[in-house]
Amino acid sequence: MKFLYAAYGVTWAVHIIYLLILTRGFGRLRDDIKDLERD
Amino acid sequence: MRSKFAIFALFTLALLSWGLYQALVGAPTEATMGPVQRIFYYHVPNAWVMELCFPLNFLASIIYLITRKPAVDAFAVATAEVGVVFCTVVLLTGPIWARPVWGIWWTWDARLTSTLVLWLIYIGYLMLRKLSTGGPNPVLAAAFAIFGCLDAVFVFMAIRWFRTQHPQPVFGGGANSGIDPRMMHAFLINMLAFTCYGAMLVWIRYTLERTRQKVDEAHAMKSLLHHEAGAK
Amino acid sequence: MSVLGILRVTLTKDLRMEWRSKDAINSMLFFALLVVVIFSFSFDLTAEESRQIAGGLIWVALLFAAVVALNQTWARELRNQVLDAYRVSPAPAESLFMAKTIGNFLFVAVLELLMTPLFIVFYNLRSVGPVYQLVLASLLGNWALVVNGTFFGAMSIRTRSREVLLPLILFPISIPALLAMVGATTSTLTGEGSAHLPLVFLAVYDVVFTLVGLFLFETVLQAE
Repeated sequence: MKFLYAAYGVTWAVHIIYLLILTRGFGRLRDDIKDLERD
Repeated sequence: MRSKFAIFALFTLALLSWGLYQALVGAPTEATMGPVQRIFYYHVPNAWVMELCFPLNFLASIIYLITRKPAVDAFAVATAEVGVVFCTVVLLTGPIWARPVWGIWWTWDARLTSTLVLWLIYIGYLMLRKLSTGGPNPVLAAAFAIFGCLDAVFVFMAIRWFRTQHPQPVFGGGANSGIDPRMMHAFLINMLAFTCYGAMLVWIRYTLERTRQKVDEAHAMKSLLHHEAGAK
Repeated sequence: MSVLGILRVTLTKDLRMEWRSKDAINSMLFFALLVVVIFSFSFDLTAEESRQIAGGLIWVALLFAAVVALNQTWARELRNQVLDAYRVSPAPAESLFMAKTIGNFLFVAVLELLMTPLFIVFYNLRSVGPVYQLVLASLLGNWALVVNGTFFGAMSIRTRSREVLLPLILFPISIPALLAMVGATTSTLTGEGSAHLPLVFLAVYDVVFTLVGLFLFETVLQAE
């Protein structure tokens, strides 16, 4: 049933998007730390 | 700490995979609703995690206003964000489930409306943090969270009492009445899996926030020292 | 100076400033008028329908007009850096909060006094139920919007996109009050159902959020 797949797909889409947001957050944090340690 | 986390993450991933299998294959198809009923195994666990996150944020906000510890604020923002994520899933899967089963995408009953309002409130919370000049203002956010959660209670009561002309679909039907043990199994596994996943996300987000707090602190320290050195 | 004394002084200062400049009230009044006219154009209703819907329409219109008013009053404070002065003054934050809220309440009451007759005229409204209930709904509803609006106004002026943030955070919080206001108004207009429960609910809402606002205003004012 397409509704079933839509529901599951949407669930994972949202979760994966958030994981990507978190990853980007960590990336930016790493850059900032590198910045800090530079001087 | 890192390895403990890695183990927990793998465990969670395993649970989620097993849960997915059980939900789609392991559990038998329900008699009245058909395959669409399987959405239940995802919708309810996500709702449950959301119902854990937002009260935790409420508590954290109160505690933050009293103690003003940055770690508490980090926990507050973590639970708020993760709560919004799970709430989004609930608000999306709910209508997708309701449409084939009850023929309506949406209804203004107490539970759905409170969920939507909570979502709006916490998006507002996150925007308040994001748009504050000079970095997120944890005090304002905490105050707003308190207002918001109180308000959610009022919303629930208001709809209960003032909006009686809308159908109040009962989310109980398939789940409680003489349930097949394989269905219960699929349900419980997914409950556990998503709870672990939610906890993992909060942990990650908390670490991210706390580290950022320390980095900002270090930055401030550094420019202070530079300034003093320069002034001399 | 006593708490009430400070309240009175702040309030009269605000009102006097507003009376002199009249810029906030003029733009608000005109905006309110426009909102009423546009709503009236958008919906072509029979007498029965208008009684059912007018409650909702008037409160939505008022909500938008009130947000404009709220943004104005706090923006003026910010312009003159009054907020910082408030912070360092020994005046208790609660009096400030009450003074601002009462001031906003009076502004929105003026809006109500203007918009209600217009709605009555445009929609040919006649109330089936007792009018005092409508008045009560207006007063309690006004306070509900204004007490939260003032509190959040103080918060949102410390942000970027401040005019947008206020409605963003005010609307979801006001939803239960809106439901009650509309419920009471519609019940009274149509004569169906009792307006008592919504009115009591609204009163409780007002009390709870006024207390929370009083309790937290100092904290919010001092937050940098």
